[in-house]
Amino acid sequence: MNRYRMHLMVCGGTGCRSSHSVQIVEALNQELKRAGMDQEVQVVTTGCFGFCEKGPIVKVYPDNVFYIEVKPTDAAELVAEHVVKGRTVQRLVYKDPAGGQRIAASTDMPFYGQQIRIALRNCGLIDPESIDEYISVDGYQALGKALSSMTQQQVVDALKKSGLRGRGGAGFPTGLKWQAALKTRSDKKYVVCNADEGDPGAFMDRSVLEGDPHSVVEAMAIAGYAIGADEGVVYVRAEYPLAVKRLKIAIAQAEEYGLLGAGILGTAFSFRIRLSLGAGAFVCGEETALLNSVEGGRGEPRMKPPFPAEKGLFGKPTVINNVETFANVCPILLNGPEWFASIGTEKSKGTKVFALSGKINNVGLAEVPMGITLREIIENIGGGVRNGRAFKAVQTGGPSGGCIPKSMLDLPIDYESLAAAGAMMGSGGMIVMDDTDCMVNIAKYYLDFTVDESCGKCTPCRVGNKRLFEILQRITDGKGTMKDLEDLETLGGTIRDCSLCQLGQTAPNPVLSTLKHFRDEYLAHVVEKRCPSGVCQNLIHYRVVAEKCIGCTVCARNCPVSCIAGERKSPHVIDEDKCIKCGVCFTKCPVDAIVKE
Amino acid sequence: MAKLKSLEELAKLREDMRTRTEMRVTGTNPDRVVLSVGMATCGIAAGARDTMKALAEELAAHGIENVSVVATGCLGYCYAEPVVEVRFPDKGPILYGDVDAKRAKEIVDQHLVKGILLDHAIIGKGAGRR
Amino acid sequence: MSSTATTQTRFEELDRYIDALPDRKGALIQVLHVAQDLFGYLPQDVQMHVARRLNIPAAKVFGVVTFYSFFNTEPRGQFTISVCLGTACFVRGSEDVLKEFEKQLRIGRDQTTADNLITLTTIRCVGACGLAPVVMVNDRVYGRVSAKDVASIIDDCMAQGGK
Repeated sequence: MNRYRMHLMVCGGTGCRSSHSVQIVEALNQELKRAGMDQEVQVVTTGCFGFCEKGPIVKVYPDNVFYIEVKPTDAAELVAEHVVKGRTVQRLVYKDPAGGQRIAASTDMPFYGQQIRIALRNCGLIDPESIDEYISVDGYQALGKALSSMTQQQVVDALKKSGLRGRGGAGFPTGLKWQAALKTRSDKKYVVCNADEGDPGAFMDRSVLEGDPHSVVEAMAIAGYAIGADEGVVYVRAEYPLAVKRLKIAIAQAEEYGLLGAGILGTAFSFRIRLSLGAGAFVCGEETALLNSVEGGRGEPRMKPPFPAEKGLFGKPTVINNVETFANVCPILLNGPEWFASIGTEKSKGTKVFALSGKINNVGLAEVPMGITLREIIENIGGGVRNGRAFKAVQTGGPSGGCIPKSMLDLPIDYESLAAAGAMMGSGGMIVMDDTDCMVNIAKYYLDFTVDESCGKCTPCRVGNKRLFEILQRITDGKGTMKDLEDLETLGGTIRDCSLCQLGQTAPNPVLSTLKHFRDEYLAHVVEKRCPSGVCQNLIHYRVVAEKCIGCTVCARNCPVSCIAGERKSPHVIDEDKCIKCGVCFTKCPVDAIVKE
Repeated sequence: MAKLKSLEELAKLREDMRTRTEMRVTGTNPDRVVLSVGMATCGIAAGARDTMKALAEELAAHGIENVSVVATGCLGYCYAEPVVEVRFPDKGPILYGDVDAKRAKEIVDQHLVKGILLDHAIIGKGAGRR
Repeated sequence: MSSTATTQTRFEELDRYIDALPDRKGALIQVLHVAQDLFGYLPQDVQMHVARRLNIPAAKVFGVVTFYSFFNTEPRGQFTISVCLGTACFVRGSEDVLKEFEKQLRIGRDQTTADNLITLTTIRCVGACGLAPVVMVNDRVYGRVSAKDVASIIDDCMAQGGK
């Protein structure tokens, strides 16, 4: 085997690929060949580094230099300077926005400084399409350890002792789920991986599947051994074609090595995994709806109990965990449950991956210990709010979560404190809003989503959320009353208490949390008929300031409905009745004589 | 690839594959030892590539982990090329000159393994830095 | 979808897939994925065919097809332009991008241009939030799209159209 003196790691995740990282790999290989270095230096396509804001990323080992925003045309310079002459290409190195200095090593960047990578341990480190590289970083050792030296109960006990809780939503202890499935007697059991990552703004599961698919395959096999199942199913979104492809490769490689199939590693244990593609229904992220979908039917949730651990897929006992939860399993077995339990808080152990997005400088994935504060994530790792604007709120937990205001930024992040704040850990999406976002409109946006995605099985969710949406529509149209605010609260409470599944139970969270923390914005809409952020179209008015207007007629000529009148060189006037509030005049005016209020 | 039939076969495969990713794992370890080889034009002309290869081979022969062999630019010691800088995390750098393949092996055997400096080959010492 | 294949050969290929299934229990959604790949959409006769071959009521097939947003009962254009309305894209202005597409293509959401070239639709998060707002054209992802880029994305489709 060739011993390369240098490895160039190029991100092959969905984000960086759409910024041409595939072409970067080709260009680097070409340049290396031209320089006669292709036997000395290896180009590796790897998984997501998490720093998606500045992609595509190229990382150089052993130097540990981290290049950002690399273009295919930069390949020649990278090879000529860094590879041949050993000189770091400064212009492609991360520049700290605060101090302005260039930081070459990823370990020195504030984005990575506070991270502890367990679930993402191999993302950016190995080639996800190579089982050999996975094995080289202790891959399949945890499975080997479980099969050779642990009983089923010991594996379950390790999970219980570690304190690992489900990373997909509600945070149910993983060990208890496994225990229940182990205890239930049956001729057939299943292990299901929930890879139907549907929360908008959450993409950590996609990154794990694309960057380290074997970690999920191995953990599923361990779960199979622990509960006595011989079949696993990964239910993955059809919207993630690259993740599907890499999973297929990983499963085929594991079968080839005999790490899946009959008699694994010479033991009596057999386990197979197949894929089941989703078809675009958010509710299928709910575990019982997902099971119905795997069975080929409509993804409508079932009544619980019985829980899947007793009666799950095809009526058989089933352990169902999400991708990030599985990604934590192997390190727990290898390093011991005590190690895992030493990270995090009393009730929330280990780390959580957060997907930072929205109005934040460093969009990306960050894996941090539980108990870190929102402020540390947003200000240190996220680099603060974009374009120097003021922070207004952070939305966590997707359509099931809530909006957390500035006053609560020092909240430590764990399952309990987020729930107490009216939000939710959810899958770990974290969307930052600034002062140009209207919180009533955001609540309406989420309700629109829920109404669209409600499966229609139970009335509180199907009808109740529709009514909530209509009330919010009225408020943003400027027709809301104080009675509407009361109705939002009572109706929201009813939906929360009476819906069948978590989709319905949590759907009012965006409304209730904004109503609690941003009541003044609701009042402005209802009482003053005004949208303080200038977002709700029916509540904004454009007006020409007569003293500033030079009568250039640009606004009148650009207005699509011809509602601006006025003579040349004299102040113009907007006819409010005809105005459709498109804002064209506001953006076109050369002297800023038009105001939005 | 034949199927793995036992834990031992899996362990052996891991040892065989370790070299594929070792460099990357070491690369982000703050406690690593860094060997920098001057690989500018004059360094390469003086045989720095053989030096680098010899370092890598000797490290592998000793089974030493946690050492990164890094190519670097011109260090300004043209009279002593090829040059190799040895930097332990908690100590000042030591610079060796005229490092051919033989001396490269010596650096690994003496300095890295036994902690004995090669006094006759040292052309510079730096202050400690962390 | 291959344009040279006749309806007949497409049905035959679908049958081959169904016959090769190790287990038809729970296979409906996977079969529909394959059928949509072959036919481009799922018209009534295809749904009936699937129902007969899997020996399940046509009503169940219809129920599943209409439940999932991935399945279409109407034909689609050669290019499907999907504007992401996930939260990250939404707060970075993807609604304006959608409006611009509607204006320039003179069609609404989930409609197809008269020449069958472009279908305009929306999706909820492709997980490329670092590039928000995101637009997908078939499988290709365009990142950091603003209303200004809409014309050139449409031009790209026109240029490749018919091929």
